[in-house]
Amino acid sequence: MTCDEAEILLHALLDGELDASHSREVEAHLETCPRCAAQLRAYRDMTSAIVASEPHFAAPSALRQRIAAALPQPQPRAASRRAVLKGFAFGSALSAMAATGIVVMVLRADDEQRIMSEVVSAHLRSLQAGHLTDVLSSDQHTVKPWFNGRLDVSPPVIDLTAQGFTLIGGRLDYVDGRAIGAIVYRRRIHVINLFVAQTASSERQASKIETVQGFNIRRWRDRGLNFWAVSDVAADELSEFGDKFESAMRTANPG
Amino acid sequence: MPRIGRSTIEKATPVTAVDDDLDQARRFRDAAMPLLDDVYTLARYLLRDANDAEDAVQECYLRALKHFHSYRGPAFKPWLFAILRNVCNAEHARRATSPTTAIDDRHDEAERAAPLWQETEATPEVQLLRRFDAATIRRLVAELEPAFREAIVLREIHHLSYREIADIVAAPVGTVMSRLSRARALLRAAWTAEQERMP
Repeated sequence: MTCDEAEILLHALLDGELDASHSREVEAHLETCPRCAAQLRAYRDMTSAIVASEPHFAAPSALRQRIAAALPQPQPRAASRRAVLKGFAFGSALSAMAATGIVVMVLRADDEQRIMSEVVSAHLRSLQAGHLTDVLSSDQHTVKPWFNGRLDVSPPVIDLTAQGFTLIGGRLDYVDGRAIGAIVYRRRIHVINLFVAQTASSERQASKIETVQGFNIRRWRDRGLNFWAVSDVAADELSEFGDKFESAMRTANPG
Repeated sequence: MPRIGRSTIEKATPVTAVDDDLDQARRFRDAAMPLLDDVYTLARYLLRDANDAEDAVQECYLRALKHFHSYRGPAFKPWLFAILRNVCNAEHARRATSPTTAIDDRHDEAERAAPLWQETEATPEVQLLRRFDAATIRRLVAELEPAFREAIVLREIHHLSYREIADIVAAPVGTVMSRLSRARALLRAAWTAEQERMP
């Protein structure tokens, strides 16, 4: 590799955008070329100096208010789709036998989508200043007891800091009209909210990755608990998070 | 979600249709309001003027709400940024055809700091970069040419991936990569010049 090629590719290396084979090629060049290696160090230094300076601007509160006022106002959901469908299902007694099966299926799919949409909304609310954690601690033995007495079931709190996902705390949230535990992790600059709710079904359900409003959700069910991990990290990183959580949970409590 | 026969459904069950619209507005609010600082930050860097940035952000949010029903992902932030960028480009076009603003448009921090003199000797490769405060870094970034400034802001301040940046600026990933490489070289040169000028 020539210095000219390396000069462009070292930026992709710095930004974590190179595939493994190109990374190896650039790294091999850097080992033999002190000039390019110094370039990489200087750019890395510049990147961290920019971040450290906090170069963001805060939107003026007048602008925030103006935009909030210009958007349609949120209103209580007077007649949810579920209510409308329920009325339909129970009202048409004649076709009840035929229709119920279908309607129940429709409701289930719709409910899952609605709950995922609520989970994403809860994630977004949590990102607003001061809403992320009710109990701020990287110690699972502090976070777990905090949930006791606040929820019917205390969610499993697992520290995954060693695996690259830093536990930063817990929060009480509301999804589907009931209190639910949220365990908060950080991955680099990204927040991962893990929502945990009790469910009647004890049947295990393998994980699924879905995208709702641009956020990735990994959901699964285990030991009578529903889990939704929500974040703007890439889908493969969220999968990795879920895999590590599930395997740590199995280790902590086998069977 | 399939939209087949939607108009018939709207006629048959208006409650659901209205609920849908409110639901959409609520989802837009939940998704877009937490990004306000990010969108405003991008607008400040692209337009280099606080008042113009406020107007652009407001226009961006109204346009985004209008088009939210056609939003299909993947990520919401790049989608919103692309809309903001269009609004800012329209503002640039307006400035270009409006001579009075083009001349008077020099009151932002970005426009100050034309160096009185500049060190011309080659800078050593290993020179350590001094840490600057946000105001200095904002000014150095603001002095870059628009295409380079945009690349720096989207990558170094908003931490977007090359793919996302490419989507926002409507250019191939390769172009993003070479622009970013050039932009970083220019910023570093300006950075070094700045620290040599300071005591």
